[in-house]
Amino acid sequence: MKKNLKYNLTWLAIMVVGYVVINLLEFVGVIDQFGENTMVLIGINIILATGLNLIIGFSGQFSLGHAGFMAIGAYVCALITSSISTPMGMAIGMIAGAAVSALVALIVGIPTLRLDGDYLAIATMGVAEIIRIILNNLKITNGPAGLYNIPLLATWPVVYLMVCVTTLIIVNFIHSRDGRAVMSVRENEIASESMGVNTTKWKVLAFVIGAATAAIGGALHANYIQTIAPTDFGIMESINILIIVVLGGIGSITGTFVAAAVLGLLDMILQNFGTLRMVLYSLALILLMVFKPSGLLGTWEFSVRNLFNRFTKSKQKGDA
Amino acid sequence: MTLLDIKELTKNFGGLTAVSDVTMHLNDNELVALIGPNGAGKTTLFNLLTGVIVPSEGTISMQTDNGLQVLNKMKPYKVAQTGLARTFQNIRLFKDLSVLDNVLIAMTANNKEGFFESIFRLPSFYHKEAALRKEAVDLLKIFDMQDQVDNLAKNLPYGAQRRLEIVRALATKPRILFLDEPAAGMNPEETADLTRLIRQIQKEFRITVLLIEHDMSLVMNLAQRIYVLEYGQLIAEGTPAEIQKDEKVIKAYLGGES
Repeated sequence: MKKNLKYNLTWLAIMVVGYVVINLLEFVGVIDQFGENTMVLIGINIILATGLNLIIGFSGQFSLGHAGFMAIGAYVCALITSSISTPMGMAIGMIAGAAVSALVALIVGIPTLRLDGDYLAIATMGVAEIIRIILNNLKITNGPAGLYNIPLLATWPVVYLMVCVTTLIIVNFIHSRDGRAVMSVRENEIASESMGVNTTKWKVLAFVIGAATAAIGGALHANYIQTIAPTDFGIMESINILIIVVLGGIGSITGTFVAAAVLGLLDMILQNFGTLRMVLYSLALILLMVFKPSGLLGTWEFSVRNLFNRFTKSKQKGDA
Repeated sequence: MTLLDIKELTKNFGGLTAVSDVTMHLNDNELVALIGPNGAGKTTLFNLLTGVIVPSEGTISMQTDNGLQVLNKMKPYKVAQTGLARTFQNIRLFKDLSVLDNVLIAMTANNKEGFFESIFRLPSFYHKEAALRKEAVDLLKIFDMQDQVDNLAKNLPYGAQRRLEIVRALATKPRILFLDEPAAGMNPEETADLTRLIRQIQKEFRITVLLIEHDMSLVMNLAQRIYVLEYGQLIAEGTPAEIQKDEKVIKAYLGGES
């Protein structure tokens, strides 16, 4: 029991130190406005990609509709913060966005998650398109022009906090009874079902949690960029998130963090190359996939527990 | 006492009748074998009983703590929760997960860990998780696998993978255990070990075992009763001694006039 407390406190310390370090760097001037922009976008991408990794990497369901759920979160939160432009409004907006998105995922998930592989990918892609077209035609979402003058409420501390919160929820979910049941679906659905695991329920649950975190990512995106339009949430956005997941390693949350950071920084550095930027970006992706097909980290996961165990082991060796 | 009662069970695949009019029963705490030539419909019968495929006709009913329950149209996971566990002819472990996780997953239905409990890592989560882990390790100990808890299932040797499948099935706390060709691909020594193991399981866990097997040494040694299936039909039922003398069975296996 004490050990668990130690691990949890270590994680808390890592999060607090991370916050302090970023604050310090900003104060000294190492991170300028441009750097902060990159950092916030990396944070939002981490939130989006960890949710997708839960769906693809852990429950083994190939979804191409993540941008749709992101759009729901973005629009709901933008509409709410436009009338209540306070941090409280932001909190309400994020929760409401996540709730609406989860509800849509539940309704969509129950019939579509009977499909698998390519069929599911196409079905989820269709769902995202439907969401985008609805947003394109509704009056309240201002049609194709989208929403603008959304208050800037997603400052970097808010994004940092939400990265921590969503990651904690997903990681704790994975390392529990629920997460094991979800992974058993990925491993072997027939075996899992004959062991008394209600596979439909766990697949849908993973999908719903992934959709809710996508909505939080979308909400932060809307309140940081300050303008959103339906075209922002097309298939390319879904694929961008998918690239982060695949590049980091399908089934590794740590990998998702690393990939989001690497791609974010790569994008920032390549800004100076003008039109060549997309060519170099794609080239980097191809090279990475050729030389590291399982992703940057494969399924490796950073764990405080293992770190402590290794430390105590080497200490014992030293004593002996 | 009759635990599982199967009446006039039939399954048609288009024009093909894979299982036809099978009536059989399993008693409490009994070791029964199901044999038959290749393609006789043994695995189809298993799949019918475990809910993987839905029967065309007939009923399957099971005596449970809540009275008699009909299993016919139940989903596989519901059937498993009623107390029917199985292993597979071609091993179906959760390959990329640890041995311990394989067993823990089988305990999902009996595990009352709540969603919020685990998300917020409440103290009760750690208590339940520790208790569960202990239960799983204790179970693995019976099969001498306690040293392999952290190994990935795919890295186990073949015999151990077969054993892990049995442990995993037992972790669901079944009343009836179905073993689909547990000795497939084993050498005579391993088969002898397995024979001992199955007997031990049945005694220790006080459950009913139904096994499909081609290895006659194992079947004749273990089974109290044997059902023989050919072309989807039951052609004989009886004790090992009776089956060995049965003319229909001899004909099914060896061919020829009789």
